[in-house]
Amino acid sequence: MADVASLSPGADALRRDAAGPSGPKPRHVLSRRNIFLYGTLIVVALYYLLPLYVMIVTSLKGMPEIRLGNIFSPPMEITFEPWVKAWATACTGLNCDGLSRGFWNSVRITVPSVLLSIAIASVNGYALANWRFKGADTFFIILIVGAFIPYQVMIYPIVIILREIGIYGSLTGLVIVHSIFGMPILTLLFRNYFTSMPEELFRAARVDGAGFWGIYLRIMLPMSLPIFVVAIILQVTGIWNDFLFGVVYTRPDTYPMTVQLNNIVNSVQGVKEYNVNMAATILTGLVPLIVYFVSGKLFVRGIAAGAVKG
Amino acid sequence: MSNSERPNQLFRNLNAKIASIPMILTALVVFVGGTAWTVLYSFTNSKLLPRLSFVGLDQYHRLWSTSRWLVSIENLLIYGAISLVFSLVIGFLLAALLDQKIRFEDTFRTIFLYPFALSFIVTGLVWQWLLNPDFGVQRVVRDLGWTSFSFDPLYNSSIVIYGISIAALWQGTGLIMCLMLAGLRGIDEDIWKAARVDGIPAWKTYLFIIIPMMRPVFITTLVIIAAGIVKVYDLVVAQTSGGPGIASEVPAKYVYDYMFFAQNLGQGFAASTMMLLSVVIVIVPWAYLEFGGKKRG
Repeated sequence: MADVASLSPGADALRRDAAGPSGPKPRHVLSRRNIFLYGTLIVVALYYLLPLYVMIVTSLKGMPEIRLGNIFSPPMEITFEPWVKAWATACTGLNCDGLSRGFWNSVRITVPSVLLSIAIASVNGYALANWRFKGADTFFIILIVGAFIPYQVMIYPIVIILREIGIYGSLTGLVIVHSIFGMPILTLLFRNYFTSMPEELFRAARVDGAGFWGIYLRIMLPMSLPIFVVAIILQVTGIWNDFLFGVVYTRPDTYPMTVQLNNIVNSVQGVKEYNVNMAATILTGLVPLIVYFVSGKLFVRGIAAGAVKG
Repeated sequence: MSNSERPNQLFRNLNAKIASIPMILTALVVFVGGTAWTVLYSFTNSKLLPRLSFVGLDQYHRLWSTSRWLVSIENLLIYGAISLVFSLVIGFLLAALLDQKIRFEDTFRTIFLYPFALSFIVTGLVWQWLLNPDFGVQRVVRDLGWTSFSFDPLYNSSIVIYGISIAALWQGTGLIMCLMLAGLRGIDEDIWKAARVDGIPAWKTYLFIIIPMMRPVFITTLVIIAAGIVKVYDLVVAQTSGGPGIASEVPAKYVYDYMFFAQNLGQGFAASTMMLLSVVIVIVPWAYLEFGGKKRG
């Protein structure tokens, strides 16, 4: 977790010195300033944590208790039934096999999309950084500018293209769409990283007779593992959380988890089971949350890079 | 002569060219081609299938006389103004608080940023539950004794867009805070020392020295927020599905509904072209300021 370091005061002090934050020095522990500072931060932190808390608490209550009680109170009787139901038997349309279907669809979408988009973008960024050819920069600029075009402008032409190839509605189609729209930011990420690597390395390998793929596989790839991790974090959370492409380019039985979740919760038929809904919501948010808490600082780096795409 | 030259030119650096094929296809076919296609077909009367029978600006006339589109635009403006102002202010304040050499900085940052890892669908559904008038915040406050307390933004068409903004701010301010914090850390410690020596109060230092120095950070953040505002879609779908009635519709949803439900492609294309136009209006001046100025200077 990201905050382990701050638990040991020594490491904390070291890290703070290295980061060199600005602002006045702290004085007494219980000064007025400190009470205000920490008080504000704690109140804001509680506000940010509240929805997560309510989600968890609600998902562990039975429906009678939800109708009676208050959403903030902890469950009197803990039940895991809503979780089981959300995972295995909740209905969307005709399918009554719960969110598990959406989960596996999302896995089958996310894994190949992440691999494909990173493979394409890293080779591409490497070509742009080290093997420039005439016109390469023009295409790159179009790609980066294209990242700012609202997706709505391009979704229908892509529907037509996918339909012509015959993969509209399939998971393959969606994987290709994710690879296309991940390309601008990932290519930028890899290009900038490879450009920052020492030029001598590349030249030495060239002198030794290594070619395009040889240098990429034996030198660039092993030396740039951190940026690959950043790219993976960026893509896993981005693709897992996607809704628009999922709803446009798949059919009901291949819907990703987000789309299925929305259909379960916002379906108009039947009695609303809020505890099941919240269990389903947590289940869907779990994958990106785990990625977030495990990756810590790298996630911040990823979004700082991802933020550029807007 | 040129015959012997040409293959040489084409095949030089061949592997790099092969590696760039996906980029070239994406750039030309999807980004340029797709955009041009949509803009072109927005001038036709395509219904169920795209057809090339031009009707001039008819689709745009209809678009701007459809009340649902006007509501969408109004919502986008309100949502945009709230997002811009509040995420900048809250993001900056949180970053400034975290920058006071505090303990547990990483813990606080982790807490403020975690909603950003969640999808808009999850965010929308959680806040739909919290703002549910029968079970959520309204009920809890009423149970405490204030029986006339009323807080049901998602069921009140005049304030529904504010209810959506609450969820959006919860999800997005962490990112802005992170960007601002990075900006604050980039400022030289000596500036602070100098300000302290001169006896300038901290808030004045922030307002008149630090913030002007962070201009590039603010501009980047502004572009990020603005690009996100135009795209808002999933959040509305999850939280209200555009309701009550059409009170929380947004342009991206208009496009989707007209393309895939109403089978009125022409309207969808015209609406998406308007979205493109709004992005161009935001991006072009920014790109001009950022990149155009440097070339001359």
